[in-house]
Amino acid sequence: MAFFLETLLGGLMAGMLYSLVALGFVLIYKASGVFNFAQGAMVLFAALAMARFSEWIGVWLGGDQLLLANLIAFVLAGMAMFVVAWLIEYLVLRHLVNQEGATLLMATLGIAYFLEGLGQTIFGGSIYKIDIGMPKDPVFWLESVFPGGILINKEDLYAAVIAAVLVAALSVFFQKTSTGRALRAVADDHQAAQSIGIPLNRIWVIVWCVAGVVALVAGMIWGSKLGVQFSLATVALRALPVVILGGLTSVPGAIIGGLIIGVGEKLSEVFLGPYVGGGIEIWFAYVLALGFLLIRPQGLFGEKIIDRV
Amino acid sequence: MATKQIGDVILDVKNISLSFGGVKALTDISFNVREHEVRAIIGPNGAGKSSMLNCVNGVYRPQQGAITFKGQTFSHMDSHQVATMGIGRTFQNLALFKGMSVIDNIMTGRNLRIKSNLFWQALRIGPAQREEEMHREFVEHIIDFLEIQAFRKTPVGQLPYGLQKRVDLGRALAMEPQLLLLDEPMAGMNVEEKQDMSRFVLDVNEEFGTTIVLIEHDMGVVMDISDRVVVLDYGKKIGDGTPDEVRGNEEVISAYLGTGH
Repeated sequence: MAFFLETLLGGLMAGMLYSLVALGFVLIYKASGVFNFAQGAMVLFAALAMARFSEWIGVWLGGDQLLLANLIAFVLAGMAMFVVAWLIEYLVLRHLVNQEGATLLMATLGIAYFLEGLGQTIFGGSIYKIDIGMPKDPVFWLESVFPGGILINKEDLYAAVIAAVLVAALSVFFQKTSTGRALRAVADDHQAAQSIGIPLNRIWVIVWCVAGVVALVAGMIWGSKLGVQFSLATVALRALPVVILGGLTSVPGAIIGGLIIGVGEKLSEVFLGPYVGGGIEIWFAYVLALGFLLIRPQGLFGEKIIDRV
Repeated sequence: MATKQIGDVILDVKNISLSFGGVKALTDISFNVREHEVRAIIGPNGAGKSSMLNCVNGVYRPQQGAITFKGQTFSHMDSHQVATMGIGRTFQNLALFKGMSVIDNIMTGRNLRIKSNLFWQALRIGPAQREEEMHREFVEHIIDFLEIQAFRKTPVGQLPYGLQKRVDLGRALAMEPQLLLLDEPMAGMNVEEKQDMSRFVLDVNEEFGTTIVLIEHDMGVVMDISDRVVVLDYGKKIGDGTPDEVRGNEEVISAYLGTGH
């Protein structure tokens, strides 16, 4: 029982991180109706910026000011993401207003390659580490209930809390504010949104900027766990099944989808793995997503697609 | 019925020409719209009616000519800037936010008028809360006016066509526009729906004092509800005047009925 709970919790925490990346996809899809292939590249770019800024500022401040260096680096990396968002809008999206979804999709594919290259040109292409001072030591829970208690990775716990706060804030932003309403309106119809005075260009900068900050938080947490390297861009691929499961248009869907996939991966690996020779963790999410595409293509929480013919 | 006061010229369109590549959509069109009037633009299919509306709305940029609204002349303007100046519009092919409820769709029309900042809105406290309630009340008023109370929480994608057209009108009204552009508000409607819509258009005009420019190709409806009519054919203006004047115009008759050869 203790082992099961341990696996479950481990899965939930890993799932929280998937959710974070998935959230970036959902944000941009909601506000522009486009699936953003560049989300992975944005995570990589943000993580690289964070890693190098904190390294450079750490040297400049002297060795013992870790927290301050990280704070400044975070703000600078956030600003870098803002500049990226603004450039994407100014150079690419502005010229594609009222175009087909497929056109925008291809544009994000281009942005992805460009950002990957740009990030490594500016910040370097080696492996860097982000040290945001997260405690690495495990803790034990519920020692009175189970012999030996449940082993929890403190780092994962912190990451999960950060992700949860971010998600709550974004949900409120989308549901309760007029900007959130404007974002949803833009996603549905560009021309109509403009006709009631919603400034499309500014909305796009806002949403890419928010997606950039989400990418930064995701990149920071993944980076501090695994190190910052090129493979971080492919983290986005693992979030793909999450958005299919949760629904492309739903913020809560991204969260719950992430949790389901995180838990599913870990549990199936541990309990089913021995029967099929292991390695389930790698393909589990994709098979689950494929199943969902067949049965419920709009995902668990996505808006049902209603078409009049 | 109170006789309404037709005011000064509020919208002045001068010598507008618009072409797409080699195709001339509009050639040297001029007309004006007076405050509080209902002005119709009619013409057969492909006459350039929608192109004209899209020029006023800032969707298209005419190659020649100028548009003056409330004394401000513009030729290069984004749709959202036009909206800021007080021009609202509806669409020929519905362009509602399908995933959102009726009330949310109409609330988006209040977007320009919401002043409190994002942070307070998110927390729902203080002035932001009062402001949200105020706008909500205004939206409820529009919903009552358009007689769609029963559907306020329904996603608009699920509503029948005629009702969607009303929501489209409601969203534009929520902006409290001074000038409202209606792009074929009665297209595809049955007789009963057309009568309802005509009534709403006239009520908007009388109750809110909104100046209305509408496009229609159903001559009958237009003649009943508009004060003055512009007739377009092949991108050229062939008639302009009161419904009676237009009805007697030779060129208009031949455009609609065809000339005998």
